[in-house]
Amino acid sequence: MAGGRIRAKIRRSHLYTFACHRSHQLEEDETPDIQGPGYSRVVYCNQPHRHEQKPLKYCSNYISTTKYNFLTFFPKAIFEQFRRVANLYFLLAAALSLTPVTPFGPLSMIAPLVFVVGLSMAKEALEDWRRFIQDMKVNLRKASVHKKDGVFVLKPWMKLRVGDVVKVEKDQFFPADLLLLSSSYEDGICYVETMNLDGETNLKVKRALETTLPLDDDPTFKEFSATIRCEDPNPSLYTFVGKLEFDCQVSPLDPSQILLRDSKLRNTAYVYGVVIFTGHDSKVMQNSTKSPSKRSTIEKQMDKIIYVLFSLLVFISLLSSVGFIVKTKVDLPKWWYLQVPDSKGLYNPGKPLQSGFCHLVTALMLYGYLIPISLYVSIEVVKVLQALFINQDIHMYDEETGTPAQARTSNLNEELGQVDTILSDKTGTLTCNQMDFLKCSIAGTAYGTCASDVELAAAKQMVMDLDGQGQNGTPNSLKASGHEFVESEIQLETVVTAKDEEALKPAIKGFSFEDTRLMNGGWFNEPNKDVILLFFRILSLCHTAIPEQNEETGAFTYEAESPDEGAFLVAAREFGFEFCRRTQSSVCVREMYPSYQEPIEREYKVLNLLDFTSKRKRMSVIVRDENGQILLLCKGADSIIFDRLARDGRTYLEDTTKHLNEYGEAGLRTLALAYKKLDEAEYSAWNEEFIKAKTSFGSDREANLERVSDMMERDLILVGATAVEDKLQKGVPQCIDKLAQAGLKIWVLTGDKMETAINIGFACSLLRQGMKQICISTNLDALVQDSKQAAKQDVLSQITNATQMIKLEKDPHAAFALIIDGKTLTHALEDDMKHQFLNLAVECASVICCRVSPKQKALVTRLVKEGTGKITLAIGDGANDVGMIQEADIGVGISGCEGMQAVMASDFAIAQFRFLERLLVVHGHWCYKRIAQMICYFFYKNIAFGLTIFYFEAFAGFSGQSVYDDWYMLLFNVVLTSLPVISLGVFEQDVDSEVCLQFPALYQQGPKNLFFDWQRIFGWMANGLYTSVIIFFLNIIIFYDQAFRAGGQTADMSAVGTAMMTCVIWAVNCQIALTMSHFTWIQHILIWGSVFTWYVFLLVYGEMAYALRVNAFRVLIEVLAPAPIYWSTTLLVTIVCNLPYLAHISFQRLFIPLDHHVIQEIKYYKKDIEDGHMWSRERSKARQKTKIGFTARVDAKIRQLKGKLHKKYSVISSHAIPQQTLH
Amino acid sequence: MSSGDGASQSSSKKSKKPTYSRFTQQELPAFKPILTPGLIMAAFVFLGITFIPIGLSHLSASDNVVQLVDRYDEDCIPTYNSNPEEAHNKRIQYIRDASTNKTCVRTLIVPKKMRHPIFVYYQLDDFYQNHRRYVKSRNDEQYRNPSAERKTANCEPEAVNDDHEPIVPCGLIAWSLFNDTYSLLRNDVPLPINKKDIAWQSDKTHKFGSNVYPKNFQSRSLIGGATLNESIPLNQQDDLLVWMRTAALPSFRKLYGRIETDLEANEVIKVVIQNNYNTYTFNGKKKFVISTTTWIGGKNDFLGKVYITVGGASLFIAIAFISVYLVMPRPLGDPSYLSWNKNPPSN
Repeated sequence: MAGGRIRAKIRRSHLYTFACHRSHQLEEDETPDIQGPGYSRVVYCNQPHRHEQKPLKYCSNYISTTKYNFLTFFPKAIFEQFRRVANLYFLLAAALSLTPVTPFGPLSMIAPLVFVVGLSMAKEALEDWRRFIQDMKVNLRKASVHKKDGVFVLKPWMKLRVGDVVKVEKDQFFPADLLLLSSSYEDGICYVETMNLDGETNLKVKRALETTLPLDDDPTFKEFSATIRCEDPNPSLYTFVGKLEFDCQVSPLDPSQILLRDSKLRNTAYVYGVVIFTGHDSKVMQNSTKSPSKRSTIEKQMDKIIYVLFSLLVFISLLSSVGFIVKTKVDLPKWWYLQVPDSKGLYNPGKPLQSGFCHLVTALMLYGYLIPISLYVSIEVVKVLQALFINQDIHMYDEETGTPAQARTSNLNEELGQVDTILSDKTGTLTCNQMDFLKCSIAGTAYGTCASDVELAAAKQMVMDLDGQGQNGTPNSLKASGHEFVESEIQLETVVTAKDEEALKPAIKGFSFEDTRLMNGGWFNEPNKDVILLFFRILSLCHTAIPEQNEETGAFTYEAESPDEGAFLVAAREFGFEFCRRTQSSVCVREMYPSYQEPIEREYKVLNLLDFTSKRKRMSVIVRDENGQILLLCKGADSIIFDRLARDGRTYLEDTTKHLNEYGEAGLRTLALAYKKLDEAEYSAWNEEFIKAKTSFGSDREANLERVSDMMERDLILVGATAVEDKLQKGVPQCIDKLAQAGLKIWVLTGDKMETAINIGFACSLLRQGMKQICISTNLDALVQDSKQAAKQDVLSQITNATQMIKLEKDPHAAFALIIDGKTLTHALEDDMKHQFLNLAVECASVICCRVSPKQKALVTRLVKEGTGKITLAIGDGANDVGMIQEADIGVGISGCEGMQAVMASDFAIAQFRFLERLLVVHGHWCYKRIAQMICYFFYKNIAFGLTIFYFEAFAGFSGQSVYDDWYMLLFNVVLTSLPVISLGVFEQDVDSEVCLQFPALYQQGPKNLFFDWQRIFGWMANGLYTSVIIFFLNIIIFYDQAFRAGGQTADMSAVGTAMMTCVIWAVNCQIALTMSHFTWIQHILIWGSVFTWYVFLLVYGEMAYALRVNAFRVLIEVLAPAPIYWSTTLLVTIVCNLPYLAHISFQRLFIPLDHHVIQEIKYYKKDIEDGHMWSRERSKARQKTKIGFTARVDAKIRQLKGKLHKKYSVISSHAIPQQTLH
Repeated sequence: MSSGDGASQSSSKKSKKPTYSRFTQQELPAFKPILTPGLIMAAFVFLGITFIPIGLSHLSASDNVVQLVDRYDEDCIPTYNSNPEEAHNKRIQYIRDASTNKTCVRTLIVPKKMRHPIFVYYQLDDFYQNHRRYVKSRNDEQYRNPSAERKTANCEPEAVNDDHEPIVPCGLIAWSLFNDTYSLLRNDVPLPINKKDIAWQSDKTHKFGSNVYPKNFQSRSLIGGATLNESIPLNQQDDLLVWMRTAALPSFRKLYGRIETDLEANEVIKVVIQNNYNTYTFNGKKKFVISTTTWIGGKNDFLGKVYITVGGASLFIAIAFISVYLVMPRPLGDPSYLSWNKNPPSN
């Protein structure tokens, strides 16, 4: 805190050349009419009570993302439930079951409906409750609010009102949209991290108005009062229009005074602000859209099946009605024993059509078993259990942040198994937003022995490959040495992980450099020590960071604008150039030379600071050292620096360029460093001009400043280059590699700069050297002059050219990468061009979109989703990813970091990107197969059962009589067959999780939809039809007239019905046993337990008085069990029903096995252990052909080297090659 | 603030970690059967060699059953030589006329020796005892409980008589009770038919009351079928009990009684039938059946035949698999059958 106060005295504006010198006059003119429509908001600062009454009545700061509240839950949730057509149908059936047309008792219709709807509603309530808890966590966060008389008290966020003055301290989130009044810095600036809003990691500077600067202490707010007039709540994050009336002065407000909710105060001890927008009025909440309810593709397809079945239902009901009408009209009058017509008109031969209509209703209800009401509830139960397994997976638990994976909605489990394209955010998702200083090139010499992952892997690979070839003597056969590939890959993995562990040992964050030539003063003995000294000085001087001393250890940490800068300072510190103090006009560095014991503290006067902007791509400082020498120190993108070198400054250019290329290839982020010496006269001449430009007003001020700076940053002398590793999240390259092998396409959508994005692309192996990069961008200068149309035309022609190029490419290994920026994307996403763009993007191995806004992320996602018709998954961590997460078929949020927006909007939350592999390849694969098999089986069993009811109808004069007891029918779906299906849906595993991971190609069974295509669905339906025919006719023929017992008794309807039902139970339960391939004790208990339950039920039911009414009294023990024919019929029917399926799966397994069959067999015979070579060979072959990912990259490198090798083989001896690669 | 927060956080972190158990990690030991060629062949061969003997035993049991079926409805009514419609009406008139003597004698020859007990059945065809209106038309509580005699819900139109007194037993089923009677003569000596204990025991003890007596039965103008002796409680009326167990199909047999002596082959049996029951309105058939039983019940070739067919089919499938397998065997776990080896990538 004390340090903070000291720091606060520095006038930060001195450090900033452009950004902070704004001309206010100019903007005043631009301010639109604030009284007009859309600009009606009035905020009376420090008088919050005024906003609670009419006419203002602004909303409170309470946020709610729940769907329901206590009052609306019942009506709304019930409405939601009955929006499902199936539920509505069942409701209608239940209502009709109270009328005489019903074929069943009302209880048997209403009970399952209440159960199903109740369960779904309970699930809704639970999920909403969780949302409520999460909201309350945010709502109950404490903020320091001005009470009165200059006293600030802590209040929960939700109690905040418009007009409140709040004090926000360092690293706290802003509780609402605030107007910045003052900060701990004298000039009222503060730093804000907006990662949650737009994903950008560099800090933004906000600046208070001059007039409010005196309000920098608690007591000053005692008398404070002001009025703000501004725009109404709107979702635009980057605009704000308003004015402040304070102290009889009116000052215009612009976005740089607005602190947005959910952004975070950084590097500033505290700020004061007035609440302008609260709760749902705040910009971030305005941006949030209601999370759409998503349904999985399987579920949508299931709807179609339901339509098919519904048509079947209507068809057989009509058939049955026609039969009924004919019977009623022609035969019924003759059937004297029925005494028709009856009083209710249900059996009236005189009015057959009327009776027929009533019968239609009866039939629709009777055959309702074709559409399984319990399907929905079973699926819900299964999905909830599957979600539990996902939550419980210990392999997706992140030790560091202590967060397990979380399936936030269970609707989409099976969708995880069908993903085709992954759209990923970069910062926070792929990278941890931490830079590590890894290498450098000084004076044309490369330093730094720590190899990046990619280099290491490729080198290893080469050595292994060459060895393998040497032994086999078949240099060209890749197949022969196939296993070596894999073995080395395994070793690679261990190498990489080992390195990770090592990296943990030196606890210096941001520094992984190792080279004795530079470390511990070693540089002093290098030939170019002068240049090295200069290099270190540039690192320690050319920045805008502030040191912060840890009071206990005395060590310095740095608060830098960007993590790269932090890494440079840490590196400089480690090299012995510790940046220790910044004053208004100077920088102090403690320089440590090996020849002295104590560090020397040197002070450099900072004369000018030429800021970094994304357009300039460089920053410079002009300093005067203790000898009075004026130096310009510059760092920037290599291309920019190289253009600005003096003739005599190019000594190291060639070597440095070579090193930079290597670094780039190794996925590192590079900057070039240069300097120049200035003499006094030259400098003062320039400075005069610079000050003139700085203080000028007008639209060309920026251009002027840039021009003047540009004049100075010329004739530089190259010193060297740095290579910083943008630290990827743990396991990201491996995960991307595996996902690519599973056949998934990965797109990166980032708000970051193109260079950064490309670097990360390299680091993740989404890009590699030799990949043809197609950069589509708009010429910025052209944009100003040319019309929008021309720019669009330009983009279109770029897209067409690129598409042509890909078409003409002959090399099968050629890979293309599409890199596009946000501006261009606005054109490319327009309706008339988006399809060309998509076609091009689909052709490319990897796609990187940079500088995209949250909205564009969502648009791109929608384009991919709708354009390709494939399933997309979006993964991100920040509020800027919310749109894309909601738009994609599946949204995955990275949990465990501070912002919760992405997680709140997501369907699944995982702590790290690397868990995505397991989530998709294991859980997705399983869930997809489980749900697909389960639904198919469900339809099978209900068709098998439902159609027997229909057949019986034809034999009962189409009268609507069922051969089964009401209770049999009720229990069939609820008890007797539901649990085995649930066990299939929850526990089935075709192969275990390890094999899923080892054979990523198995994942493709999902996207190819092998298990839920119409062929399979209709196959199962046909099986159901067959089963129903067998069950019904065998039973009928066996039982209909002859005595079935030695006692001469004939079977009555209840005996036939019970025998038939027994066959149904056995047949469908044996069928599910044949379907499963994985039996734990649970499956055994549930399947055989269901069959057992049937007999237990018959025993119990047979003893109940209720059974007397339906002749089912003691039906098992008295009537059926003593009859051998009952048992032999059960056996026969069960076997006959399952025989064709058994033959089918036997045939399939024997002659056309699917991949998982073969793998099951390999595992079964333990061939994977006996023949390790074969196993690992197949594992490597099982990868989908892909051009991205680590392995593809290594392969490409090997191919490239092989090509070279081939040429050189005869000339150079072979041992030279590994050396070359290790370089 | 921060330290307290941290402590609470770390404790909550711990609790968030999923606990390891083989169940939650889906690693329970599992039986993963594989359909190996051996298993498949064995399964089919096993089915074949067990089903054929089972089928044969069923067939032989069925073969041992001797049954005699005689359709008498056509022959036990006078023939009317007029146009069909008129003849039909006359038949109905005849059968409804209670005053005429409808005795009819049929002669049957026993084809094979029949050992007792020999069961006597009546068989009705095209009689929809399974029609919903018919099936529902009963009230079991009334049959069981003497105090519930007024409970005649569902029994319409045979619920109450013209004086609104409840009919016991109510409902269409009871009302339409079969009323043909049979008596047998062997060599002109009466052969007794034992009509005791032809109903299920549970009907007698639970379903029908021992103190519920028929009341107002067949007292309405329209008489359906048999009348009941009002001095015998319902649970003693075995014919009624058998009839009340409605049949599943429009063709059905119901037990009439038992013959407790053996019948020799070629013996001549005379059946004296009181042809009362009206099947003529709906052109239903009436048959008189006597049959022995074995352990599978009556004559039932179908079951045995299906068993043998399935057994044969299984053997055939087994042979087919074996022969196809011999032609193109697939070693189990042969990686060359993996999709990526079958369709090698084009590079």
